[in-house]
Amino acid sequence: MKPTDISNPDYFHRVVDCQWACPAHTPVPEYIRLIAAGRYTDAYMVNWHSNVFPGILGRTCDRPCEPACRRGRVEEEPVAICRLKRVAADNKDDIAARLPEVPAAWNGRRVACVGAGPASLTVARDLALLGYRVTVFDEQDKPGGFIRTQIPRFRLPESVIDEECGYILDRGNIETRYRTRVNSMKALLEEGYDAVFVGCGAPRGRDLDIPGRREAAANIHIGIDWLSSVSFGHVKSIGRRVIVLGGGNTAMDCCRSARRLGGEDVKVIVRSGFEEMKASPWEKEDAMAEGIPILNYLVPRSFVHRDGQLVGMTFEKVKAEYDAKGRRSLVPTGEPDAFFECDDVLVAIGQENAFPWIERDIGIEFDRWGLPRLDEASLQSTNPRVFFGGDAAFGPKNIIWAVAHGHEAAVSIDRFCRGEAVRDRPPPHVRMSSQKMGIHEWSYDNDVSLDLRYKVPHRDPTVALRDITAEVELGYDRELAFKEAQRCLNCDVQTVFTARLCIECDACVDICPVDCITFTEDGPEEELRIRLKAPAENLSQPLYVQDGLKTGRVMVKDEDVCLHCGMCAERCPTGAWDMQKFLLNTAKTYTMREGAACRSR
Amino acid sequence: MSFLPKPKLHHPKLPTNALGYTRRDYEGSISTLCAGCGHDSISAAIIQACWELSIEPHRVAKLSGIGCSSKTPDYFLGASHGFNSVHGRMPSVLTGANLANRELIYLGVSGDGDSASIGLGQFAHIMRRGVNMTYIVENNGVYGLTKGQFSATSDKGSKAKKGAINTDEAIDLVALALQLGATYVARGFSGDKEQLVGLIKGALRHKGAAFIDCISPCVAFNNHEGSTKSYDYVREHNEAVNRLDVILGRAALTADYAPGTVQEVVQHDGTVLRLRKLASGYDPADRIAAMNYLQERKAAGEIVTGLLYLEPEAEDLHDHLGTVELPLNRLDDAALCPGAKALEAINDALR
Repeated sequence: MKPTDISNPDYFHRVVDCQWACPAHTPVPEYIRLIAAGRYTDAYMVNWHSNVFPGILGRTCDRPCEPACRRGRVEEEPVAICRLKRVAADNKDDIAARLPEVPAAWNGRRVACVGAGPASLTVARDLALLGYRVTVFDEQDKPGGFIRTQIPRFRLPESVIDEECGYILDRGNIETRYRTRVNSMKALLEEGYDAVFVGCGAPRGRDLDIPGRREAAANIHIGIDWLSSVSFGHVKSIGRRVIVLGGGNTAMDCCRSARRLGGEDVKVIVRSGFEEMKASPWEKEDAMAEGIPILNYLVPRSFVHRDGQLVGMTFEKVKAEYDAKGRRSLVPTGEPDAFFECDDVLVAIGQENAFPWIERDIGIEFDRWGLPRLDEASLQSTNPRVFFGGDAAFGPKNIIWAVAHGHEAAVSIDRFCRGEAVRDRPPPHVRMSSQKMGIHEWSYDNDVSLDLRYKVPHRDPTVALRDITAEVELGYDRELAFKEAQRCLNCDVQTVFTARLCIECDACVDICPVDCITFTEDGPEEELRIRLKAPAENLSQPLYVQDGLKTGRVMVKDEDVCLHCGMCAERCPTGAWDMQKFLLNTAKTYTMREGAACRSR
Repeated sequence: MSFLPKPKLHHPKLPTNALGYTRRDYEGSISTLCAGCGHDSISAAIIQACWELSIEPHRVAKLSGIGCSSKTPDYFLGASHGFNSVHGRMPSVLTGANLANRELIYLGVSGDGDSASIGLGQFAHIMRRGVNMTYIVENNGVYGLTKGQFSATSDKGSKAKKGAINTDEAIDLVALALQLGATYVARGFSGDKEQLVGLIKGALRHKGAAFIDCISPCVAFNNHEGSTKSYDYVREHNEAVNRLDVILGRAALTADYAPGTVQEVVQHDGTVLRLRKLASGYDPADRIAAMNYLQERKAAGEIVTGLLYLEPEAEDLHDHLGTVELPLNRLDDAALCPGAKALEAINDALR
């Protein structure tokens, strides 16, 4: 096998599973250690630079990091990364002095952002810090976009949104135009902006065109529209019996909101199986914990109405069948249709992008799904002045993707305005530093905690269900946060091997608690994977291979379940193993200016 | 040494043996020896061997004397019986324990100081009595605990870390064991676990006195140029005569071997020792030939490793003494106090 090239930052980045899985590549273990050390403000700032909205994301993130977490492969559950992020936000001190300075001098460039959601705000922040003048347009009268209109208050208090949008908007160089709907891209471009960023989300909720839809329209609501009406206080109540259609996170927000506005008998009904639902498992759990059943394999057939009044819905019963290729289709079971009584229906079966305001003759091409044609890395459209991000780019995703797009788009816009090739992406900032303090002392806590995942305390459900603004999750207190933080395996503290120092004494092989390390004859990867001390069956995890040993063998380390406990390095008599912290920050506009590291490379 | 215990978490796919234990269940507390000590590799090999043989940890008694090697029983088989004896006196404690309870598996762990210097007399007598045990000497050719003086097994002409040349002749414990009647004699190297685990398994299943001389480099005081017990020197001069696979119950040969390269020896309990020959013509059944071969190769500057001698149908001390079958702690009053008639019969026999 070819020896591993550890000078390529991707290699060790992949080992930090959480960071690799995070669209914004937040250095997760770094901030978790800071939380354990009680340095909440520092932990918050690590997050702020990377994901811009730590307090918001600490409550609402889709957490792609958690299914990736190595801890989930060595014991039962991953580290509660998302909820630890909230701890940093809840416990931080005033951060005003720690925010990077917004330059007073204008760099002469103007950028427009359409929409004031997470993608646009990230672009605005990253560019304002470089001296750009950014104008943000939004039809609402407050910033946040879907963060403010779609996420119920019992999951995300409005004060958190105000605070974190404030760190971006209240510091200069950004002009906000609320209650302003952009109705023509052509007109906007004619205003002479150097670049335009489209971060307007996927604002149209999909409707369900089945018999009875028109007749019973008064009691049938599109989920995302209904949620924003609830958010703005236009809707304060709902019928006693509510059916929510759809299996995504919007459906979960709808049913839980309905439960708080007078819905006593609220049920979620989905077409396919419970397991296939798009909603995050924890959101399903939270809904069910509030007495909301989820019924599956029911396909909506009609809205039943009497005298113009909705009385219920009928559903066809189906089952899943798989063909030889494993593709699933839903086929009727032949049983009679099911009927469920209801007073209101919330339709949360998906969202669509809509760009009626973008003229089709100004060089912005769209694909057959109505999405703009973009360069995936730079997010530049076929009109070089126009960039897309967030849900507006590739269809509905989530906040953390919107932030990641925002950072990339800001880099692209900056390069575009400087006349540099937008497709050339700046490399990340990477720092490796040995953690060795003494013969067996490390500057990280290498004692592996055996604790199982701690539950986040919840508000008493009887209280929570009475008030739609009462936050359900109370967050970890400092003590629980410390214990949960200790579960982190510090995957960013890498095992670095220097073959020329190794005397092949086997000490590392003997001590490794998870049998990661093998010294053996070289061979092709597939074959090598089977004959390691513990077979390396997880093909998504790389092998770390080094040659140059005296016996001609190779050192092979399977990264899969390494605990990063540092025992190999402690037992190594020659220092052939070292524990080195790998700190990666993706390139941002302003760090590029500050450290100049990226530009000089 | 490390301050922290080894984390309890293990590989999610760690296999279990016939008893349902993983290899980790055979570990002891974390080693306090120097990092890279060969002794730790031997501990790991013992753990591996006991796990593979599905030995119940509480059926093992591990005994040792004094020295780095004699500390190691703390680092494996944490659920076994243990006895840390006086310097060089492990053999007599082991003999006594074996006489009292013949049902346990006895594992004596000693070093070159403990067995070849202060305990040489005890070593000689336990071998010639044929006590049923596995006796491992973790041989690093140096007094590590007292910072690097030559030991009784240091080769003549080898160099100490500070540069002094050894002028005394070395004691070869393998040669002594062969001469004194040990019925299973092997030499291993801590840096070759593949070979060592098989040797330990064979010894544990052997009925009779099994002796393994295991060369175990001392990273702190005897791993330099000029040493004959360093990782590099032993790797360069290692001449393995065979590889040993221990098979519980009879299993068919699965791999193809050239004719005459595999030899199978059935032990008293049905265990099959399968020897893959590496040196042509080496016959581990011939004690005298083994002694000659060892001397010859030694003169040529080679270190012979492998299973050097084996007597599969060996007798042990209990056979020689005709002792009672049961462990002493399980004898009831009737057996212990057979009454006046029995005493009379004995007295009559002596008249």
